[in-house]
Amino acid sequence: MTTLTSSSTSVSEQQHEAHADHRMFGLATFLVADGMTFAGFFAAYLTFRAVNPLPSGSSYELELVLPTINTLLLLVSSFTFHRAGSALKRDNRPLARRWLLVTAALGFAFLAGQMVEYFSLPFGLTDNLFASTFYAITGFHGLHVTLGGLMILIVWWQCRSGGRVSSQNLFPLEAAELYWHFVDGIWVVLYGILYLL
Amino acid sequence: MTISLTPETQHSVSLQPQGWLRYLSFSTDHKVIGLQYLICGFIFYLIGGALAGAIRTELLTPISDFLPRETYNEVLTLHGTVMIFLWIVPVVNGGFGNYLIPFYVGARDMAFPRLNAVAFWLIPPAGLLLISSYFIASAAQSGWTAYPPLSITTPATGQIIWILSVLLLGGSSIFGGINFIATILKLRRPGLKLMQLPMYCWAMLGTSILVVLSTPVLAGTLVLLSFDIIAHTGFFNPSLGGNAVVYQHLFWFYSHPAVYIMVLPAFGLVSEILPVHSRKPLFGYTTMVYSIMGIVVLGLIVWAHHMFTSGTPPWMRLFFTIATSFIAVPTGIKFFNWLATMWGGRIALNTAMLFSCGFIVNFVFGGITGVALAQVPFDIHVHDTYFVVGHFHYIVYGGTVFVIFASIYHWYPKVTGRLLNEPLGKLHFLLTFIGFNLCFAPQHWLGLNGMPRRVAEYDPQFTLVNQLSSLGALLMALSTLPFLVNVVISAFRGELAGDNPWRALTPEWLTSSPPPVENWKGEAPLVHEPYGYGMQPEELALAGATGSELWRLGDPDRRP
Repeated sequence: MTTLTSSSTSVSEQQHEAHADHRMFGLATFLVADGMTFAGFFAAYLTFRAVNPLPSGSSYELELVLPTINTLLLLVSSFTFHRAGSALKRDNRPLARRWLLVTAALGFAFLAGQMVEYFSLPFGLTDNLFASTFYAITGFHGLHVTLGGLMILIVWWQCRSGGRVSSQNLFPLEAAELYWHFVDGIWVVLYGILYLL
Repeated sequence: MTISLTPETQHSVSLQPQGWLRYLSFSTDHKVIGLQYLICGFIFYLIGGALAGAIRTELLTPISDFLPRETYNEVLTLHGTVMIFLWIVPVVNGGFGNYLIPFYVGARDMAFPRLNAVAFWLIPPAGLLLISSYFIASAAQSGWTAYPPLSITTPATGQIIWILSVLLLGGSSIFGGINFIATILKLRRPGLKLMQLPMYCWAMLGTSILVVLSTPVLAGTLVLLSFDIIAHTGFFNPSLGGNAVVYQHLFWFYSHPAVYIMVLPAFGLVSEILPVHSRKPLFGYTTMVYSIMGIVVLGLIVWAHHMFTSGTPPWMRLFFTIATSFIAVPTGIKFFNWLATMWGGRIALNTAMLFSCGFIVNFVFGGITGVALAQVPFDIHVHDTYFVVGHFHYIVYGGTVFVIFASIYHWYPKVTGRLLNEPLGKLHFLLTFIGFNLCFAPQHWLGLNGMPRRVAEYDPQFTLVNQLSSLGALLMALSTLPFLVNVVISAFRGELAGDNPWRALTPEWLTSSPPPVENWKGEAPLVHEPYGYGMQPEELALAGATGSELWRLGDPDRRP
């Protein structure tokens, strides 16, 4: 009629132990979803730009120096985060914490740079369609950087000796790292679309 | 007939935590969460149904006399939002998905049980928030689509509460989707291959992919819309230089896949029910899988067929018409597979089966009007008329809600250990089927003759047909009564079902009914062929056999 076999290995025992850790897979799936939010914003921006003329006197041009420095800060921070992970895998917690602190500092420097940029821009949130879209997208990304920075500080705290993050429990650090790389990657796309295009 | 069942099926030892209070708790048991979704969803179904009753009462006469006009707008907005986001999506995904998927993959729970509980508990507050907006200020009035500039110019408080509520429900949906993808792909029992999974797993995998890819776009769009309402930005406001059509694109990028989020799980559920009660293998397993995935891909690239009257350029109309028409191919494959599954089977025409057959009839009609609506000349004629209302109710009610009822009759013995009463069930089906068709079939005629949707007043020539439609709605409302009586009484007095009253082969039936906590007292059974009905054991070389081979084997005339 049908084949219903039960394998000789004790599956139930395996399953009653902690089953394989799928949290990174879940996080990656979530980041795909998060990325789709940005994709929606980018699509809206590109459509606006293609079909909606701006009022006279405003343009899509932006100052490039500060954002370029900001881009470099984020790219370097991805690298320093990776160094923190490698240090923790070698059980060198103090070094890992130092790299984490550097990463967080770079992240907050990015946010400070963005604040400076916001205050130096000649337009406000409701001035025109480009201004609104610009602030919405960079602001939404800035929110991600802020959350990421806080995550890094939490992992930094958890990495202290006796804390829960160690070479035996890498998940909090790896999760924060994956998220951070994602936020950096989004910024690179954002920089290309909003600033360079 | 070699069945070696490991799970012991004695009733003496129950691992289930006792008491109904666990259904009000932050339980992480997938079966409890599944029932929480179901019951919570059904309560919202009754609320949404009452709102529909108000709409149909107003439409008994051509003038606006039963409700004030603003209230009519609030009622139709709440009806759409409640039915989609609080009844169909949560029940057909979260409800049955949570209950069944861990059984089907041979797991003891979902991949992320706590996230699962969070996903459910976002729903009641979001629903209460939505409904309370009617009492706080006034509820949103711009329909479930919330098109700007209408949604920007109607009262802001209700619209903002609506956005908050939909954002919470979208979050719940995304968390659920992540959980299903991880459970189906990562939590399968060792030895169980993807192509051996029951079809509902594939349906939920496809649905969850759509949820994860499209829901975030709606969330982002609604955030921008709330900026337009609160901060007076002009994203979607033409008077401030914005573009209202961009909202429509982003909205339908979610909301067209949302149709498949509502109907793909129903496809999966009906694919579980038909083989059991026809005593035949599911026909064309592989084509079913590819059809589901084909619908997922096509479903993401057809959204603008909702926008043929929004000034879409000709190339876009052409592309979206063709892509939409293509969806009929995988859907048609599934339709013929279901017919072939029943063909020549020993069909038990019980209530679950009646509702499944009702689904096939209704869905094929809704599908045909869907293909018609994909054609630009026709669509422009009937856009925003009752033809569209009739069409999508044939999909979401005639399709999905019929399957929800079929599934409740099919899995009730699994959940409670007791059968639902069949005569009451048949009365329920008869009232629902007649009421539904009486309510929505005439609306196609109304739409073809030009009656616009979402308006409380209409041309007096439409009075009689509208009254017929309202009579159908009354029958649908009445049909809920035998169902409610049946579900409540049968829980205590229903005929004892035993563990496997349908003699089904899918894994959820290979344990006790109701199942213990963690699903199996021993290890999970390894079910390679969940649809191996109606064969002599010596005829079967089940390893590697496909559905069509099994089908030919089962039929003496077609045996090679």
